[in-house]
Amino acid sequence: MKLKRRSFIGTSAAAAAVLSAPMVRAAGHGKPRVVVVGGGAGGATAARYIAKDSDGAIDVTLVEPSRVYYTCFFSNLYIGGFEALDDLGHTYGTLASDYGVNVVHDWAVGVDRDARTVSLAGGATLPYDRLILSPGIDFVDDAVPGWDVSAQDVMPHAYKGGTQAALLKAQIEAMPEGGTFAMVAPPNPYRCPPGPYERISMVAHLLTQINPTAKILIVDPKEGFSKQALFEEGWQKHYGGMIERIGPDFGGENVEVNPDAMEVSIDGSVESVDVCNVIPAMKAGRICEMAGITDGRWAPVIPATMQSRMDENIHVLGDASQQGDMPKSGYSANSQAKVAAMAVRGALTDSRVFPAKFSNTCWSLIATDDGVKVGASYEATDEKIAKVDGFVSQTGEDAALRKATYEESLGWYSGITSDMFG
Amino acid sequence: MLRAATTSLVFALATFLALAASASEIGDPEKGKILFRKCATCHQVGPTARNLLGPHLNNIFGRKAASVDKFRYSRSLERAGNDGLIWTLETLDPYILNPRTLVSGTRMNFDGLEDPQDRADVLAYLRTYSASPADIPEAEPTAVPTEVTLAPEILAIEGDAAYGEYLSSECKTCHRADGEDAGIPSITNWPPEYFVLAMHAYKQKLRPHPVMQMMAGRLSDEEIAALAAYFETIE
Ligand SMILES: Cc1cc2nc3c(=O)[nH]c(=O)nc-3n(C[C@H](O)[C@H](O)[C@H](O)COP(=O)(O)OP(=O)(O)OC[C@H]3O[C@@H](n4cnc5c(N)ncnc54)[C@H](O)[C@@H]3O)c2cc1C
Ligand code: HEC
Ligand code: HEC
Repeated sequence: MKLKRRSFIGTSAAAAAVLSAPMVRAAGHGKPRVVVVGGGAGGATAARYIAKDSDGAIDVTLVEPSRVYYTCFFSNLYIGGFEALDDLGHTYGTLASDYGVNVVHDWAVGVDRDARTVSLAGGATLPYDRLILSPGIDFVDDAVPGWDVSAQDVMPHAYKGGTQAALLKAQIEAMPEGGTFAMVAPPNPYRCPPGPYERISMVAHLLTQINPTAKILIVDPKEGFSKQALFEEGWQKHYGGMIERIGPDFGGENVEVNPDAMEVSIDGSVESVDVCNVIPAMKAGRICEMAGITDGRWAPVIPATMQSRMDENIHVLGDASQQGDMPKSGYSANSQAKVAAMAVRGALTDSRVFPAKFSNTCWSLIATDDGVKVGASYEATDEKIAKVDGFVSQTGEDAALRKATYEESLGWYSGITSDMFG
Repeated sequence: MLRAATTSLVFALATFLALAASASEIGDPEKGKILFRKCATCHQVGPTARNLLGPHLNNIFGRKAASVDKFRYSRSLERAGNDGLIWTLETLDPYILNPRTLVSGTRMNFDGLEDPQDRADVLAYLRTYSASPADIPEAEPTAVPTEVTLAPEILAIEGDAAYGEYLSSECKTCHRADGEDAGIPSITNWPPEYFVLAMHAYKQKLRPHPVMQMMAGRLSDEEIAALAAYFETIE
């Protein structure tokens, strides 16, 4: 049994590897090569598991432009004042030093599937035997008339990692007394189904303290949303009268924004707002399109291995993949990454391959010590990743259980981030 | 950290579920009164009952676990109570057989009553101190699993630790591999017997937590053994 013994590349060698990472090609020692694009929930987990479990038999290169990954998960809690932004930032140092992953801070800008190479913005070309794409999401152009990425500093989305959450929070703090916070919610499917509504809860929590007469307006193209009964019960209880949601029946799907005038037009009637959080429709991170493996907005995959249906040498993880029943979440991406890591090792090194297992749980915080969750387990069928079993918090639960649920989510955050970054 | 199990206790535990049916038959409160002396160093019942080392046990039937005011419970029992563990015949029985089957980190330092009849008698005695008749089942509620499968051979399954390592990747999204508890309990370095019992207690829904019931619910006996074998080895 080899369980505890891991041969780690020493720190100095790994540090050198980081600096000279694009030289992988020159190495030419015949080891199988895996390139991972995107160092988020899916990519970081996959890189770590392949490097860790192959004991150095596979060269793993991780391409990620940012030096610090700020998790989207818990960014709402930062807005609500429950988490410090610094605590949500994670670096790639341990992946390099303890696991021997080559970390290259650059953008992947092209994939040559015939030559099996990835080209980087900095000019390097990385050859691969298997490519893993976990680039997260990009926004669909013109999804919300009047908004494009150039307006993101005025009307932030705060739906990717980085500085957007801090910007949104600063705007909320600067709202005039009794002002209006508006959110344009996204259509399905999008990353983190409860995310916009957890955000509403956290914005309400913040406003209750600093600006209690402020109003919150949700403009929503969807009939219903994740954990709706739980959120609505909580909003009633903690933030009665502050939150109004306009669904599709009242024009929620016919929305336009004007960032210069700070206006939102709902079914033709114009409202002036003080903060406008626009979360547009989403699609797979652009590199998937560049690789030619998308069908519509997402990249379809084979459930048992997460291989692209268009190219067996490419695996797609997380939000970008179209896999079936799993919600687009950090937990799902992490779960899929482990299945893909096992499949990749099996293909490149004959290691044992076990049946794929997937699961997900999404916690949301509604107010102080008022946490709820929804989760399910999944299996791979030929057609899709199919839900097997699930659970969801109930309305009317007692305060002790809600508090325990919140505390459990802190445990999960600590667990998943150490599972991603070592 | 858990204490190592003695072999006889483990085998008694292995059959606890199989014996649940006989425990459900209402015992003899007179015999239970005498047996309760084993509990009385730590627990009192009756109108003048106070909390000693353990909480008073008046109205224990239907009582939420860890809910006596001002008594300082272990984190584990408190967690179980918050999850919805309610004391009934079918949860009390495994708890007094071996407290750790239901609540791994409980502070109740008691070796357990191995004889199912003894447990039935003690519980019959405690029932006489539970005021509301509605809380006191005369016979087992129909919801109780009668078909129980935790046979001694399940504990004897030799776990495939390499398979366990793969399966464990699912657990490590929540349970930290380094054993740190940041809100979700540590599960590294457990004696495999306790690990197996805890997992089966979730699988059979004796332990209340929905996430863990789901996780354990789709693991086979071999997979639970594999996980136990793997988690025993990591520090
Ligand atoms: C507000 C909010 C709250 C959330 N809450 C939760 C929660 O509580 N629980 C939960 O499970 N999930 C939550 N999520 C969802 C979660 O963040 C995502 O589902 C998850 O991050 C997806 O993982 P991924 O690997 O697909 O993408 P990401 O984690 O986004 O990682 C993608 C990475 O790829 C990089 N990248 C993109 N393109 C390229 C390229 N061309 N070259 C190189 N690198 C590239 C990016 O820089 C990024 O670091 C939340 C999301 C939001 C927005
Ligand atoms: C050595 C002391 C000790 C003995 C002996 C003991 N207990 Fe306990 N018991 C405790 C402690 C301490 C707790 C609280 C455990 C915790 O917080 O995890 C407890 C908890 C309990 C609970 C849960 C109470 C609650 O409020 O949730 C029950 C039921 C119980 N014991 C029954 C018994 C019975 C029946 C016996 C005898 C067969 C017994 N105990 C013997 C110390 C003891
Ligand atoms: C989604 C998060 C999550 C995942 C994934 C998860 N667990 Fe748990 N686990 C928990 C929580 C929360 C508890 C505490 C539950 C309770 O209060 O009973 C727990 C409790 C446990 C316990 C009992 C601990 C104790 O101190 O009593 C064991 C054993 C356990 N888990 C094993 C596993 C195994 C094995 C796996 C993987 C197959 C796993 N868990 C996957 C969240 C998780």
